[in-house]
Amino acid sequence: MDAVALSRLQFAFTIGFHILWPTLTIGTAWFVTVLSALWWRTGNTVYRDLMRFWMRLFALGFGMGVVTGIVLSYEIGTNWAGFSRSVANVLGPLFAYETMTAFFLEAGFIGIMLFGEGRVSKGAHFFACLMVAMGALISSTWIIAANSWMQTPAGAVADAQGIYHVVSWWDVIFTASFPYRLAHMVCASFLTCSFVIAGVSAFHLWRGQHVAASRTAFSMALWLALVLAPLQIFIGDMHGRNTMVEQPTKLAAMEGLWETTKGPAMTVIAWPDMAAQKNLYAIDIPHLASLYLTHSWDGQVQGLKAVPPADQPNVPIVFFAFRIMAGIGVVLLATAITGFVLRLRGRLFTARWFQFLTMATTPLGFLAVLAGWTVTEAGRQPWIIYGALRTADAAAPVAAGAVTTSLLIFFAVYNVLLLAFVWFAGRVALKGPIDSAPPTREHPGMERSTLGAFTTSPVPSPVRGTDPARA
Amino acid sequence: MTELLQADTVPLVFAAVAVFCVTVYVLADGLDLGVGILFLAAPRDADRDLMMASIEPVWDGNETWLVMGGTLLFAAFPAGYYILLPAFYLPIMFMLFALIFRGVAFGFRLQATRFRLVWDIAFFAGSVLATFCQGLILGGLITGVPVENGMFAGGPFSFLSLLGVLCGAGLVGGYALIGAGWLIWKTDGATQVFAREIAHAALILTGAMMALVSAWSAWSVPEVAVRWFAFPNLALLAPVPLVTLAVIVALWRGIWEGGQARTFLLALALFALGLVGLIVSLWPYLVPRHVTVWDGMSDPQSLAFLAVGIAIIIPIVLAYQAHAYWVFRGKTVHEHGAYGGHAGS
Repeated sequence: MDAVALSRLQFAFTIGFHILWPTLTIGTAWFVTVLSALWWRTGNTVYRDLMRFWMRLFALGFGMGVVTGIVLSYEIGTNWAGFSRSVANVLGPLFAYETMTAFFLEAGFIGIMLFGEGRVSKGAHFFACLMVAMGALISSTWIIAANSWMQTPAGAVADAQGIYHVVSWWDVIFTASFPYRLAHMVCASFLTCSFVIAGVSAFHLWRGQHVAASRTAFSMALWLALVLAPLQIFIGDMHGRNTMVEQPTKLAAMEGLWETTKGPAMTVIAWPDMAAQKNLYAIDIPHLASLYLTHSWDGQVQGLKAVPPADQPNVPIVFFAFRIMAGIGVVLLATAITGFVLRLRGRLFTARWFQFLTMATTPLGFLAVLAGWTVTEAGRQPWIIYGALRTADAAAPVAAGAVTTSLLIFFAVYNVLLLAFVWFAGRVALKGPIDSAPPTREHPGMERSTLGAFTTSPVPSPVRGTDPARA
Repeated sequence: MTELLQADTVPLVFAAVAVFCVTVYVLADGLDLGVGILFLAAPRDADRDLMMASIEPVWDGNETWLVMGGTLLFAAFPAGYYILLPAFYLPIMFMLFALIFRGVAFGFRLQATRFRLVWDIAFFAGSVLATFCQGLILGGLITGVPVENGMFAGGPFSFLSLLGVLCGAGLVGGYALIGAGWLIWKTDGATQVFAREIAHAALILTGAMMALVSAWSAWSVPEVAVRWFAFPNLALLAPVPLVTLAVIVALWRGIWEGGQARTFLLALALFALGLVGLIVSLWPYLVPRHVTVWDGMSDPQSLAFLAVGIAIIIPIVLAYQAHAYWVFRGKTVHEHGAYGGHAGS
């Protein structure tokens, strides 16, 4: 493979791995914030225990997000120098604003959120949680503004050398696809987290442990899911119709639609054959795509063949990734509605099969997010800036060998990290909220140090006189 | 606003902001990378618990300045970003791998029972490797990178230089010195004694490498020699090495005496002086001997947009970062109610 293909693979892998952690932490940060507020206002220790429990899981995910995110801010230069040269005037300030308004905000308050409970008041702790949660949302806003500009560029013009110059910052930030993409991603994060919370709580209900806390969390998560699952499908529909207008080739790939058609059918499943430029083994439902895309029986939708094959994305990847995402959306909606029915019949906390079902849904949101980003990123190929700059022209002058080396190491390192995370987070999650255990039991392995070293062991005093007062 | 920004002073202002960000990064992350470098040298597991607890609440904020530096370079001086980052591909990648391991070690070490040593080693090795890579980048920058047609035009190993290795060793020593100073300030008892003892070794390494790096860069890079030794620069710049020497002497004498923050503050001063020396050697180049800060700037309308944010937001950021340090002021106590444990109950 050449350096461009390797760089694409590396960027796809590193950004795909990274997106898992914001997905987890945006939602859990807000959950912790809500619990902190409830604990502060009501003094109910169930909220305190839940807050501390979810804070432990949040902290592990947040750490993963930070370290994998730093990689991306440098990879754009190391691997995509041509792109950086072209768009620095436009995207540089957006990234700088993301750092200034979001990363610093999170970093400035994460210490107080995680370690400051004993040092600040409950209200101040809530404020720190709120700032971290706000930081996560602000970060997604800037980064999705940058991504949306690459999908639907506006507000800037390229000169003869291909360098973009900004005409209107408002147009750069609020591009045609920005509001839909932002809403879809933020909702995805909250929806994913609601099923993570429901799944972990279901495990404890099934085991019959931490019952009060787990019932509270299970109920809160399923209320949230009941609102968000249908909302997400509604937003997704709007986003899809926006894509039909702004990036018709991507939408055609999602639908597996080759010919520009009036009243197109919905292709449930097929094998899109790019060489033959048609679908094999297709199962179609007549006129259905026309109904949900154009809201009419005979609306016209542009097909893939409207552009030459060289300007088409890899259709099977986009086509199947879209079906995985939408399929998971339907499964989550069904689960949320089932939970509501059980709640009405008073069996929400007792139906054991439903506990297994929600446990099984825990990882689905992450898969849907990965599939969704695959649709939007693979779907705009071969363009890195849609319709303007080809990905092949955006790479950096780096040697293929160097990229192979870094790619292999990323692959190894990220797999080790994922294993470590699943191991540690899994253990924390399965252990559950601790109701009133003494601190030595709360952190197994810390007994040695907590019991002795800092309170009782005789410490050699500094040899020469030191000022005991804080310097 | 626009006329103001088109003046020749604009690059100076943004260069000053960039230097400020790099300085804050080096000083702030220097202290927690330094604690990591010293991590395995600490005699007892209890010392390591305390060392990590002393930086746990602040390391993330410190490391964010690295992201700020990168994005600011992208936004204000894109030529520096898209030429230098490919030029230093391998050291940047290995720095990132190292930062990943040391970053996750914070959370995982706390949760680990049987394999804590693995995360101890990850934290130590990650800190050393990240620091050494930063030194390689610095040395390669002073030596210069090959540029043709406004893009990097070298191979994957053209970053490698003797100067880079010397800078790497110097930064390892320097960060260890800041870290030791931090531990003297923030801990007491046996951990503090350990920090005082190891501060000597760190100071010797730092001082020796600063001298070697200065001498070797003057010897091997003629432009740097001319900058320092041509008259009248010689007279004007003479105070920089002299003050540096005085700070090193003061550090050596103060490790066991004086206020407990003294070693830390003097180590920061030593780094600041090193940065001054670096700027003297490189100014006004963004990419040494190829692109100046005037040539490498982004558009006025981009800089104006950026300037508004920097002027309003960075002071607020500094205020709440200082507040975070304030909340965790005083000697670190080992309250392993971390993540909302017993401390508040």
